[in-house]
Amino acid sequence: MSGLRGTRRPSWRHRLLRGALIALVMAFMAVLVLLPLAAVFIEALSKGAAAFMDVLAQPETVSSIKLTLLVAVLAVPSNLVFGVAAAWAMTRFEFRGKALLGAFIDLPFSVSPVVAGLVYVLLFGAQGWFGPWLSEHGVAIIFAVPGLVLATVFITLPFVARELISLMQAQGSEEEEAARTLGASGWQMFFRVTLPNIRWALLYGVLLCNARAMGEFGAVSVVSGHIRGLTTTMPLEVEMRYNEYDYMGAFAVASLLGLLALLTLVVKALLEWRYGDELAARAPRGH
Amino acid sequence: MTLELSHLHRRYAGFAALDDVSLRIEPGEFLALLGPSGSGKTTLLRILAGLDYPDSGSVRQHDRDLLAVDARQRKVGLVFQHYALFRHLTVSENVAFGLRIRPRKSRPSRAEINERVERLLKRVQLDDLGKRYTSQLSGGQRQRVALARALAVEPDLLLLDEPFGALDAQVRVALRRWLRNLHEELGLTSVFVTHDQEEALELADRVAVMNRGRIEQIGTPEAIYQQPATPFVCEFIGKTNKIPLQRANGVLTGGQRPLGADPWPGNAVGSAIGYVRPEHLLVSAEPAVDGWAAQLRHIYLAGGVAHLELDVPALGQVLEADMSSDEVARRGLQPGQSLVVQPRLITAFPLDAQGEADAAARHVLQPQAAP
Repeated sequence: MSGLRGTRRPSWRHRLLRGALIALVMAFMAVLVLLPLAAVFIEALSKGAAAFMDVLAQPETVSSIKLTLLVAVLAVPSNLVFGVAAAWAMTRFEFRGKALLGAFIDLPFSVSPVVAGLVYVLLFGAQGWFGPWLSEHGVAIIFAVPGLVLATVFITLPFVARELISLMQAQGSEEEEAARTLGASGWQMFFRVTLPNIRWALLYGVLLCNARAMGEFGAVSVVSGHIRGLTTTMPLEVEMRYNEYDYMGAFAVASLLGLLALLTLVVKALLEWRYGDELAARAPRGH
Repeated sequence: MTLELSHLHRRYAGFAALDDVSLRIEPGEFLALLGPSGSGKTTLLRILAGLDYPDSGSVRQHDRDLLAVDARQRKVGLVFQHYALFRHLTVSENVAFGLRIRPRKSRPSRAEINERVERLLKRVQLDDLGKRYTSQLSGGQRQRVALARALAVEPDLLLLDEPFGALDAQVRVALRRWLRNLHEELGLTSVFVTHDQEEALELADRVAVMNRGRIEQIGTPEAIYQQPATPFVCEFIGKTNKIPLQRANGVLTGGQRPLGADPWPGNAVGSAIGYVRPEHLLVSAEPAVDGWAAQLRHIYLAGGVAHLELDVPALGQVLEADMSSDEVARRGLQPGQSLVVQPRLITAFPLDAQGEADAAARHVLQPQAAP
């Protein structure tokens, strides 16, 4: 019929389907994401702002915040260095086992965090492969901060590397070669040419890496041992308070994690809006 | 500074990019490396720049082993096909890059660098665009920025990889004349890679024609065009007609017509291959003339030159002959007309039993036109 009218408008069936689909997605988001997020903040403030501040001032909370920051401060830079090195190796060198390395970089995304945690217990725990040797030398990894950092590094390993590999692949190595022929040393080439070209993608990767490092629960939970004030990060603190029926306290700590998530989201959106073309793998220039 | 490249070999995973390449680059010359893609010309350029290394062979500059010198100390300027400009820097910053990264003791002062950058930008006619980012420039402008950046470090040798490859036709011609002038002004030794024969023949002092990792022929553009040394060069440079020839009883024949005495000693019976350029085919309308009978199929007028497509039954193939458009009009040539064709200059190579041409036994025939 539309042909007779000379215009091609979507039929009412089409429009209905489109509307229904959008409504479904919206409802899904509202019920599963926005509602819980709102609930966290409402519950956290259910006994008033003063009670909320009290929870945050408790030594357990303070120590969990400090520990979370410490783990992130150690894990994120490790993955930044690893990510840049891995991306450089993957995009600038030809070597045997390159495809395998590429697959293994993605492994932490596909393996369950609990498994990751258990592997470290198996390796470094009291009954683990290196456990006896470690305890003889007085080094504690499992049920201690090093274990938390290791587990977090494992979980957040792919974020920076993945972000950079696709970008550096697309950008190619010609600019770096140009820098070489102009007399640049390896470091000059990296800091004056490579780094400026990947800076926003790097920041983006670090941001996602950090959000995950602070929010990680599964792997950290396995290696932590839940020692209050010593090995309890914020997500673990939330769980412990919840198990102790301290709902308001649990939500108060959870709201901090919620705020972190929102902040990450805002910065991420800002980066995408401002430097979207430098983040996305650009169209290669020939070859 | 004469560059002496000898016996360079380079293999990539089962494929020979360079297969025993030897070459002498004279000071101040403009040398073109011409060949189809995969012929090894870019590999050769990258070896000169220090971005790639041969598996064996040597590159010497006087008594200096250039291969032992790192890319950053070679004093070689390289202009990339896709320019490879630093996208986060402005035009001026791009040009200044090679000077700013120098160690403090050999680095010119800030004022000197600025002055030199300005002079270079003026030279490449971009003096108003120093503050722009390279993404705001046209292809031709980017190419000139890349050139200025390479010249800023005062290289001994300038290398250009397909310098006009990414430009549109009009800009290309203008820029290459300009580059030729610049080369003459600077007196710099320059090597450029191209797959465009017109570019190579028009610009270079000498052209090295490359094919499958080997240099097929090296010489002046005139020699390359007029005296192609191998079957590949005959077919790759300019247009040509490929004609099968027969050797029997001391006579070389083609299309059942004797073309001259068999120039090669040895076996009396065999075959050969001959190449005739379109401008070396003489076309006549008079049936009395001695030559191959042909029928004029099409006339392609391309401005001042006309390409005639001639069906020659004796050869069982179509030949192309060139003459001026005025000549076509003067003689009133029409498609469908019967004509006689005579080759005036044939570059011939004998074929061995496997049908391989022997480039070393090249012979140039000038069949005499019957009176």
